[in-house]
Amino acid sequence: MSDPILSLEGVYTDIAQYHILQGVDFTVPRGAVTMLLGRNGVGKTTTLRTIMGHWRARAGSITFDGIDITRLPTPAIARMGVGYVPETMGIFADLTVEENMILAAASGRLDPARLERIFAAFPPLKTFWKGQAGTLSGGQKQMLSIARAMAEDRRLYLIDEPTKGLAPAIVATMAGALKALKNEGASILMVEQNFAVARALGDFAVVMDDGRVIWSGTMAELVGDGLLQERLMGLSLAAGH
Amino acid sequence: MSTAPTHAPRIERKPLAQRLAPHLPMLLIPALMLLGLALIPSVPSWLTLTVSGLAMGMMIFVMASGMTLVFGLMDVINFGHGVFISVGAFVGVSVLLMLDHLTGAPSMVMALAAILLAVIAAILATGALGWAFERVIVKPVYGAHLKQILVTMGGLIVVEQLIIVLWGPEEIYIPRPEALKGAVTFAGAAMEKYRLLAVGVGAALFLAMRLVLRRTKIGLIVRAGVENGEMVEALGYRLRMVFIGVFVAGSALAGLGGVMWGLYQEVITAHMGQQIMILIFIVVIIGGLGSVEGCFIGALLVGLLQNYVAFLEPKAALISNIGLLVAILMWRPMGMIPVVKAK
Repeated sequence: MSDPILSLEGVYTDIAQYHILQGVDFTVPRGAVTMLLGRNGVGKTTTLRTIMGHWRARAGSITFDGIDITRLPTPAIARMGVGYVPETMGIFADLTVEENMILAAASGRLDPARLERIFAAFPPLKTFWKGQAGTLSGGQKQMLSIARAMAEDRRLYLIDEPTKGLAPAIVATMAGALKALKNEGASILMVEQNFAVARALGDFAVVMDDGRVIWSGTMAELVGDGLLQERLMGLSLAAGH
Repeated sequence: MSTAPTHAPRIERKPLAQRLAPHLPMLLIPALMLLGLALIPSVPSWLTLTVSGLAMGMMIFVMASGMTLVFGLMDVINFGHGVFISVGAFVGVSVLLMLDHLTGAPSMVMALAAILLAVIAAILATGALGWAFERVIVKPVYGAHLKQILVTMGGLIVVEQLIIVLWGPEEIYIPRPEALKGAVTFAGAAMEKYRLLAVGVGAALFLAMRLVLRRTKIGLIVRAGVENGEMVEALGYRLRMVFIGVFVAGSALAGLGGVMWGLYQEVITAHMGQQIMILIFIVVIIGGLGSVEGCFIGALLVGLLQNYVAFLEPKAALISNIGLLVAILMWRPMGMIPVVKAK
C-alpha cells in the first residue's frame, strides 16, 4: 500500500453513553479512493465525523499527512485541506447556490476555471446559481454538497454516502463527477452503501462491523473473491436482521 | 456503469400566492398602518401616532437585533441582554450630562455631535461588557438552556446592582438636547424631532446590517452559522470567534439602543433594560428566532400597535402586544420569518 495520507490507530469514540467506535485502525493511501463499507450503524459516519473533529476520540490517534489531528478543532482540520461532504449534505438552505460556493472557498475567491469544471460535472448548479439552495431537489443538493468540497484544492476528501436516496440517473452523474475527481489524483475516503458505485470508484476497501475494522485490502481483492464478499457482507447482512 | 443522461432542469414560475408568501410579513406593516388610518378618526393624529410607533419600533429593533442573532448562531438564550441597554443608557447619559455646553446650545449640529459622542461611549462600554459577559457568564453554559437562563439572569442582577453602586438608586432625568426638543408640523400633524431622528437612525442601522449580512463574507458566515454551525466549521471557519464578534456587536447595539431609549423616555433607571426585555422577547419570538428581517418587522409591528391601541383604548395597550404574539404564533408557529435550523 502506498504512502498513507491518513492513519487511524485504535480510535475509540463515545456518543453519550454509547461506545460507537471501539478501536478503529486503518490507513487511507495518498492519491487513491478508499471505500469505507459495512452495514448501517457500524460506525462509518462516526468515523468520518471523528476524523473531522465533530466528535472527539476518547482514545487512539488520527494522523493526517504526518500531523496528529486527534485533538484539533474542526476548522483547523478543514484548513489543513480536508474537504467534508456529510451524510446530511449540510447545504445552507437559506443561502443561494452561489453563496454556498463562496463560503466553500474559505481561503479566498472562487477560481473561475475550477468553477467551470464544477459546472461541467454538475450542470444544474449553473442553472440555479442565483437560486436559493433550499429549493433544489435532493440530487441537486447532493451535487452542491460535493461541489462545495471541490471548490478548493483539498488534500483529502471525506465523503459520506454521496448516492444515498438518489435516482439512478443522478447516481450516474455523481459517480461520473467522483471518477473525474479520482482521475485528478485526489485522495478520497468515502462511505458508500451502493456496492456498484463502490466497486467502480474504489481502489481500496475497509469493511467495518460493530465499531471495528474487520477487513481491509484492495477493492480488486474484495471484488474478485466471492467467498470473502459472502463472509463480510453475509456477516453484515446477518447482523443487520 | 451507464453514462449519465442529459440533465436539463427547467425553472417553472411559481403561482402568485407562493411568490407572495415570503413577503407577507413585510406587508403586515402597511396593513397595520391602513387599519390604524381606518380606526383613528383624525389623519394628523394617525400620522403623529405612526411616526411615534415607527420610532419606538426602530429603537426596539436596535436593542433586539443582537439578541436574535446570538440565539440563532449559538442557541444561547441571553436573559441578561437587558443589562447592556441599562449600561448603555447610563454611560451615554453621563457623557451627555458632561457635554451640557453642547446639548444646551440651540444648534442641531452641536446636539447631534453630543449624541454621537454619547453613543460612541455607550457602544465602547457595552461592547467591552459584552465581551466580558460572554467569557465569564455565557461560555461555561453553552448547550444548557436552563443554566443559560439562570446564569444570565444572575449576571443581569449583578450588573444592575453595580449600576446602582456607581450611579445611585434614583432615577436620572435627562432632558433632550435643546435642538431636538419640540416638533415639526407636517400635514397638520406634530411630529417630535427626536422621534424622526430615531426613525432615521433605526432605518439606517437596519439597512447597514442587511448590507453586511447579505453582501459581505462575514455576513454570509453569520447567516450560514445560524442555519448550520457545524458545517460552517467544517468549511474552515472558526464559528466561536464569529460568535464572540456577534455577541460584542449585539451588546454594543443594545447599548446604542439604551441611549436612544433613555432620551426617548427622558428618564433612566438601572432596571430599564429588564423592563424593555418583555417587548424584546415578543419581537424576537414573532420575528423568528435568529432572523434579523423578522426582528425588524416584529419591532415595527409592536411599536405601531402599541401606539395605535394606546390612543384608541389606553387600557388595552398593555395586552395588545401579547395579543399580537398569540396571533402571529397561531399563523406562523416558528415566527414570521423562520430560520431553518440544521443543527
